[in-house]
Amino acid sequence: MSTILIIEQILNGLQFGIMLFLMAAGLTLIFGVMGLINLAHGSLYMMAALAAAALAGAIVEIVVIRRLYAAAHLDQVLATFALILVFSEGTRWVFGSFPLFLDVPSYLSGPITLPGGIQYPLYRLALIVIGLLVAFGLWWLTVRTRLGVQIRAGENDREMIAALGVDISKLYTIVFALGAALAGLAGALVGAIQSVQVGMGEPVLILAFVVIVIGGIGSIKGAFIGAILVGLTDTLGGIFLPQFFKLFMEAGAATQTGSALASMAVYVLMGLVLIWRPTGLFGARS
Amino acid sequence: MMQERTINALVLAGFVLLPIWALATDEPFTITLATRTVLLALAAVGLNIALGIGGLVSLGHAVFFGLGGYAMGILAFHAQSFTPLELGPLTIAGTKSMPIIWLCAIVVSALAAFVIGLLSLRTTGVYFIMITLAFGQMFFFFSISWSAYGGEDGLSIWVRNSFPGLNTLIPIQFFGLCFAALCLALFIHWRLRASPFGLTLNAARQNPARVEAVGLSPIRLKLLAFVISGAITGLAGALFADLNRFVSPTMFSWQLSGELIVLIVIGGVGRLMGPVIGAAVFVALEHLLGGLTDFWHIWLGVILLVIVLFSRGGIIGALTGKAGPHV
Repeated sequence: MSTILIIEQILNGLQFGIMLFLMAAGLTLIFGVMGLINLAHGSLYMMAALAAAALAGAIVEIVVIRRLYAAAHLDQVLATFALILVFSEGTRWVFGSFPLFLDVPSYLSGPITLPGGIQYPLYRLALIVIGLLVAFGLWWLTVRTRLGVQIRAGENDREMIAALGVDISKLYTIVFALGAALAGLAGALVGAIQSVQVGMGEPVLILAFVVIVIGGIGSIKGAFIGAILVGLTDTLGGIFLPQFFKLFMEAGAATQTGSALASMAVYVLMGLVLIWRPTGLFGARS
Repeated sequence: MMQERTINALVLAGFVLLPIWALATDEPFTITLATRTVLLALAAVGLNIALGIGGLVSLGHAVFFGLGGYAMGILAFHAQSFTPLELGPLTIAGTKSMPIIWLCAIVVSALAAFVIGLLSLRTTGVYFIMITLAFGQMFFFFSISWSAYGGEDGLSIWVRNSFPGLNTLIPIQFFGLCFAALCLALFIHWRLRASPFGLTLNAARQNPARVEAVGLSPIRLKLLAFVISGAITGLAGALFADLNRFVSPTMFSWQLSGELIVLIVIGGVGRLMGPVIGAAVFVALEHLLGGLTDFWHIWLGVILLVIVLFSRGGIIGALTGKAGPHV
């Protein structure tokens, strides 16, 4: 097992983690501010085009989500589950179930040589950089701007900031559209690596939920750390667990056991975190 | 406005009359559809004990459905290939006998529900929904990569398992068996709700702090409800796999967990017959709309949205004019 392979895999894990962060940040923002579980977040990821996702997000918020703020968690889960059905089947209806492929822009294609002689695809590296920039931007938005102050205040006490003259329903629409745009950005970026197709949002959505639950719902910092953890666990587990079992098992059985455990690793991680801290790493203590 | 009791009687009568009518007009497919409805209803009746009475929104009940299915699949697979099932030091012969398979399915899913419940009940609210979902995904991915029993392709059983005194290959007899199981589960739900356990469980959903103050442990009550609920759903899974003579990882999928919740909500959360009505509507929609368009899930989504946004208490709530226990 060479060092180069390990570093490459760590980079892959980071890249995956950062894509998850873009999904999870929107989700955790929406949950933290508006107290809403949005299962349909993955459908917005599928929309892949940024402007379309933000617009769709705003429309969905105004038409459906607004009625759900006061509802129980069960109702929210159901209504957004219903939205998934409508969105994915609707997309299949309009575009067909054939996957679409996006091209990597020519100035980002090809490998790049990192210090130490490691060859790595430039596009994936660009994804990591974009993701880090977005993470920084989000931090700046929530901590340093007026909108961010309102968002954080909305998390703590929505009646109070409404009383102080902030238009809370406009704030909610903005937050929801922002979250949707982040999901759309993640979808568009990943579209050039994988194909774009119906249902692509659902596996990622569940991972994004795992991320925000590990990080603590409502915490952007938690989402970032959780996303990196999940990305690394998933990628490195897939590579190294089968190798690890080969140390003391015969090759066939080792690959079998290793890959079975690797596909469960993320969920095992989440289970362990929740058993250790029932509200996630950075969640509010109840 | 109708009495809930009248609705319940009408639904049960429908389930008795429809197969008889199908038998008379020689339409075996209708009987198969009715059996499918009964089994989905049975799974949802199981979930309704945890969700409706205990207030536990479990997005991982497909785990028990799948475990029941795989219990049947694995036992029957070893019986049809004449290989013993080796569990460490223990060697078990496969079997095609339904009562033994059911017992295994119930025990395995109850054990799983106990472990999952013990870990998950440390959390509440959204975290509970998410941790049950995570357990569901664990089993889903494990079954996909476990190639000894078919992995992603699933496991086919050549001949339906047997029940002493019945010929389960005849649709109406198998239907009768499934319907009897459903009635038993409904009876358990009905008795349970009026029992001291059911009443305290109901109280634990509404106000855990007060239940704790009178010296009962809400977590223990909910855990017991979760185990009973998982066992019933596991039995439904074993029968469902027998209906299709096929088990696959889709029985563990999170969409299935979601659909079970949907069934209950369509019918009415916490109502005795809620899951049964929900399952009937679901299968009817699947069959009727599925015949018209491939994209029938859109309409299911729209109906679900309408129910969640505008109607409290599902179909039973709308018929009786009472919003039901969850408002």
